[in-house]
Amino acid sequence: MEIHLSRRTLLGLAAGVPASAALAACGSSGPGKGADGGTATYWHLSGQPQEGVRTGAVERFNEANPKGQIEVTTFENDAYKTKIKTAIGAGKAPTVIWGWGGGTLRSYVEAGQVDDLTPWFDQNPEIKNRLFPSSFGAATVDGKIYAMPFESVEPIVLFYNKRVFDDVGVEPPETWDDIMALVPRFNAEGIAPFSLGGQSRWTNMMWLEFLFDRIGGPEVFQAVFDGEKDAWSHPAAIEALTKVQDLIKADGFIKGFSSITADSNADQALLYTGKAAMMLHGSWSYGIQQAEGGDFVSGGGLGFMNFPPVEGGKGDPGNSVGNPAQYLSISSKASAEQKKIAKDFFATGVLTDEEVKEWIDTGAVPIAKGSEKLLAESESAEFLQFVYGIASNAKTFGQSWDQALSPTAAETLLDNIARLFQLSISPQQFTDNLNEVIGK
Amino acid sequence: MSTLTGSTGRGDRRGILPWLAVPALLFFVGFAVVPLVGVLLLSFTTWDGIGGIHPSGLTSWRAVLTDPGLPHALWVTFLVMAVSWAVQTPASILLGTFLAGRQRYRAVLSLIYFVPLLLSSAAIAVAYKALLDPNFGLGAGLGTEWLSKDWLGRPWLAFGVVVFIVSWQFVPFHSLIYQGGVQQIPQSLYEAAQLDGAGRVRQFFSITLPQLKYTIITSSTLMVIGSLTFFDLIFVLTEGGPGDATRVLALDMYKRGFQANLMGPASAIAVILVLMGLAIALLLRRLGGRDAGDSQLEGA
Repeated sequence: MEIHLSRRTLLGLAAGVPASAALAACGSSGPGKGADGGTATYWHLSGQPQEGVRTGAVERFNEANPKGQIEVTTFENDAYKTKIKTAIGAGKAPTVIWGWGGGTLRSYVEAGQVDDLTPWFDQNPEIKNRLFPSSFGAATVDGKIYAMPFESVEPIVLFYNKRVFDDVGVEPPETWDDIMALVPRFNAEGIAPFSLGGQSRWTNMMWLEFLFDRIGGPEVFQAVFDGEKDAWSHPAAIEALTKVQDLIKADGFIKGFSSITADSNADQALLYTGKAAMMLHGSWSYGIQQAEGGDFVSGGGLGFMNFPPVEGGKGDPGNSVGNPAQYLSISSKASAEQKKIAKDFFATGVLTDEEVKEWIDTGAVPIAKGSEKLLAESESAEFLQFVYGIASNAKTFGQSWDQALSPTAAETLLDNIARLFQLSISPQQFTDNLNEVIGK
Repeated sequence: MSTLTGSTGRGDRRGILPWLAVPALLFFVGFAVVPLVGVLLLSFTTWDGIGGIHPSGLTSWRAVLTDPGLPHALWVTFLVMAVSWAVQTPASILLGTFLAGRQRYRAVLSLIYFVPLLLSSAAIAVAYKALLDPNFGLGAGLGTEWLSKDWLGRPWLAFGVVVFIVSWQFVPFHSLIYQGGVQQIPQSLYEAAQLDGAGRVRQFFSITLPQLKYTIITSSTLMVIGSLTFFDLIFVLTEGGPGDATRVLALDMYKRGFQANLMGPASAIAVILVLMGLAIALLLRRLGGRDAGDSQLEGA
């Protein structure tokens, strides 16, 4: 957090915070002054092992291009989200903007803060053709491409602890009914059926994303995304929301899940320590469990599967949700020289063979085509090929809801999801509250 | 310098003194008045923090005032204010009175008591969060059933935890104020009371407490106004959860402004917070009476 609060400076808190952003916005309409002409600036996320791959790519680019350097600044995840927004609003954006695409990118586009990259992609088709086609959806606003997809594809996966399943003598679930049948079996043994870092809210959201899709198909959320009136009131939505609350009432999630955060990886720890049997989480969790779980992953304790189908549901069980890629945009406020450096970087510095290999070493599937062989040779071959299979076979790969929607709608969504999981609102109240922010 | 005290300097002082306030005034205008006006203006606009700022009249105010979340946030803010005041004030007075004694070990104790205030709220929140974790925290580690509750996952427990930590953090500060206050009370009062045969309890209620009246008002003002701005601790500890059980107004403002990109409504809440703070400060000052600002020192 960038905000320092003294307990007694009421004016400082109440007035200073939004106003300083406002003043900054009024004060400088000129281009970002982060660097002199020959240097482009680039902000991205800290945290290993990803940070090392990102900075490694920039270092190689800088070495090869002594005349057009890129200067990197890194931020912690949540701090970055606030910082980048404020910087863009203040006209102080870095040349290269790292992001998640979707609704946030749309708000940058509508404010005229990022460049249209469609002509550049048209001139350089070989760059576009190297990348997963599914990754471009979240980079596209009104038919134009405003960001370059890069890094890795991250579907949400159902992880489970094989050792715990063996101890209890049960099989991984193949349907939703299996899940509900497993819940009492694990609870009877004093093991939580599912780990969940519920305070982070987006963790709960992953359950709804899958249930909506498995019960009603991708059309249900698509209608919300398209801004159709009362789209949340779809019967499949009500059924999905009811099913989640049934699971909560049956003690499907670990006791105290709403005070567990995902940032501290406590939810992952519950799985690899055997306190919980299963966990729905992003594919990045694999690398974390590998790093922190001792011999859990290397000893074959970690199982993984796609979310099972729901009986009678319309959705294709091969569908997935998650992050189709990460995204790089170019600030429209940057100088022509800075923009040129950024485009050179996109063309020659991003997802190079070296970087692709590095991503695979961290347990991630890069979105560059033709890496199957490298995946097969990797230490984590089984998992990486599984993720690659999901990413390339899914008929629909939905973007995480909070990224797909506008920040305004996303905040209401996350808030209501927290309440839904607290059982303090009913499915009906949930849909009513969210229908109000459709299209906002 | 005799010019500062002598009557001959009086004319000079009148000429220079107002000018001495100029730097402070400039800072006040630059860092308090201008942002305040900025926020007031922003509350009549629609702005997502990124694009243009569009004047939109009362839209933001209407959105905030009709939001069912607002009464809840106000209620939580008030509750945190009232309960933490009720917990902190007696504790601080007792501790402050105790520390005002003259024995040497009390200096050491007051130093130890003061430590929580030196830690940053964020660090405190992270530490408590780890300690209170139902699966990996203190309770689970020691294997004690009563400690391994879902402290931050049940609305009232989470509220209690917030009040407890706030008190733990700020009681040292207010104890310090009371310690100073008690030490200012003339010893002659106690000596007279002792001659009249008053015990320690009687002395406390008949001399210490009444003499601390203005200290209580000062400390309460700081406590109450300060509690309007609780943000960092709650943000790190519970993020307003579970559900919205600990979502105070300052947190609500942050979430609207910086997470939901609604700068207009966030500014409206900021204005409400400022008005509440001013109103409460004025009220407390009224309570203190007109002579609250005068020195209570003997002979001063």
